[in-house]
Amino acid sequence: MKILVPVKRAIDYNVKVRVKPDNSDVDLNNVKMAINPFCEIAIEEAIRLKEKGVATEVVVVSIGEKSCQEQIRTGLALGADRGIHIETDAKLDSLQIAKLLKVIVEEESPELVILGKQAIDSDNNQTGQMLAALTGMPQGTFASKVDVSEGKVDVTREIDGGLQTVALSLPAVVTTDLRLNEPRYASLPNIMKAKRKPIDVKNAADLGVDLTSKVTLVKVTPPETRKGGVKVESVEALVDKLRNEAKVIS
Amino acid sequence: MSILIYAEHDNAQLKTETNKLVHAAQTVGGDVTILVAGHNCGDVAAQAQKISGVAKVLVADAEEYAHQMPENIADLVVELAADYSHVFAAATTTGKNFMPRVAALLDVAQISDIIKVESADTFVRPIYAGNAIATVQSADSKKVVTVRAAAFDAASNDGSAELEALSVVKASEKSNFVSAELTESERPELTAADVIISGGRGMQNGENFALLNGIADKLGAAIGASRAAVDAGFVPNDMQVGQTGKIVAPQLYIAVGISGAIQHLAGMKDSKVIVAINKDEEAPIFQIADYGLVGDLFEELPKLEAAL
Repeated sequence: MKILVPVKRAIDYNVKVRVKPDNSDVDLNNVKMAINPFCEIAIEEAIRLKEKGVATEVVVVSIGEKSCQEQIRTGLALGADRGIHIETDAKLDSLQIAKLLKVIVEEESPELVILGKQAIDSDNNQTGQMLAALTGMPQGTFASKVDVSEGKVDVTREIDGGLQTVALSLPAVVTTDLRLNEPRYASLPNIMKAKRKPIDVKNAADLGVDLTSKVTLVKVTPPETRKGGVKVESVEALVDKLRNEAKVIS
Repeated sequence: MSILIYAEHDNAQLKTETNKLVHAAQTVGGDVTILVAGHNCGDVAAQAQKISGVAKVLVADAEEYAHQMPENIADLVVELAADYSHVFAAATTTGKNFMPRVAALLDVAQISDIIKVESADTFVRPIYAGNAIATVQSADSKKVVTVRAAAFDAASNDGSAELEALSVVKASEKSNFVSAELTESERPELTAADVIISGGRGMQNGENFALLNGIADKLGAAIGASRAAVDAGFVPNDMQVGQTGKIVAPQLYIAVGISGAIQHLAGMKDSKVIVAINKDEEAPIFQIADYGLVGDLFEELPKLEAAL
């Protein structure tokens, strides 16, 4: 079985985000970039399924500028077999991304598509669900456990009240939550080997998808900062403040 | 303008998120309709009818909607969407699950997790884990929007909307509900509670979370946790408050043994009053707390319980 893993190049999660002085966007100049953490979990899950003998091939795909080949290489170093880069400089929304991925799904016919549930830059949490809807595949989002058996996948999902398990017929779309697995580090020999693995580069404009976004970014501002208050000396002073000053307890 | 709101519920109780969505919809303007999709959900529909400012409640009551499977719910909402300019759902794990399908099937973008309505086509939403706030404008014919309910006040319950039963049933054969393990609790839910007391790594182990029980009982509070406490295995993930957990904005938030990582602050910094109890006086949580108490939580918590 073939697994397709779409990944996003995003700001490294350790980097402190700064807003540009003109409030046009976040400043990404000279900022360290990495694979979005949820996408890394998706790659790890696919590799584990290959190691278990469930999957035969893992294909990593990324959409964006030439630089996102770095993230495809990281995926290859972690154990994916080959990469696909859909090159574009355009700023795309989840909907255009999902439409481009649909083209790849039609070409590659994977039985499972595993994606991160959201990217830590735009925080949209949309692409996997949109891809599932556009391709007519069932979806298992926010997965904390994935169990593939004959023709189906059981996905345990993290929901607000606890856990929910759904059974999906294959092909299916799964999006990863944080606790699905702990991604491995790429070993040096595997990083070297990854350099020889193939990356197929396609131009997004050639895939027959309208790449214009209907959403305009009007402005980006830093969040309002909350000012610290006072230190209190004792529990008695705290309760007194909550009762008589803040009036939040009776 | 006409807005369709997807009701958040568990087939028995309507969740307060729905009241908050009605309030958000009223800032857009126009007629507000609520859709209750579920199974044996008549009580929920009756509760939805009482929300003030709602013109109509649509009820789709069928076994196929019992577990809010996204394939079925999205197809239902898409069929209804023709009559509305906006579709709103709460940015809960239910709304986040099916709404992007609705947007894709309508061939429009989704605006996720809004915290403010600027106008009928312009919305404010956090990006980069709340480290930046984006204002976005949508030129799509229909606006498909998920709403961070905690950022809005709740509409009151003194209305009397008309009720309309729907007979349309959508059923996907590709996806089936297997089971659910829901956390049973007598306490209010984190996202609905007026008071929350949360424990962090400083609690040291899961047993010590019992120290929060007495205080939570006296305050009618929900009990939460930081990601550090969840990752350390003290408590289950559904108690997690933070960017990767639940986003809350109660009247009173008490953080106990929580250092105040950005990840956690992103989930609770909109609380009205924040109290921090921590033995490390340099902990970042004190920079945003209204009232800070430097001390050993194992000494301070019993005192607090006694003082309430």
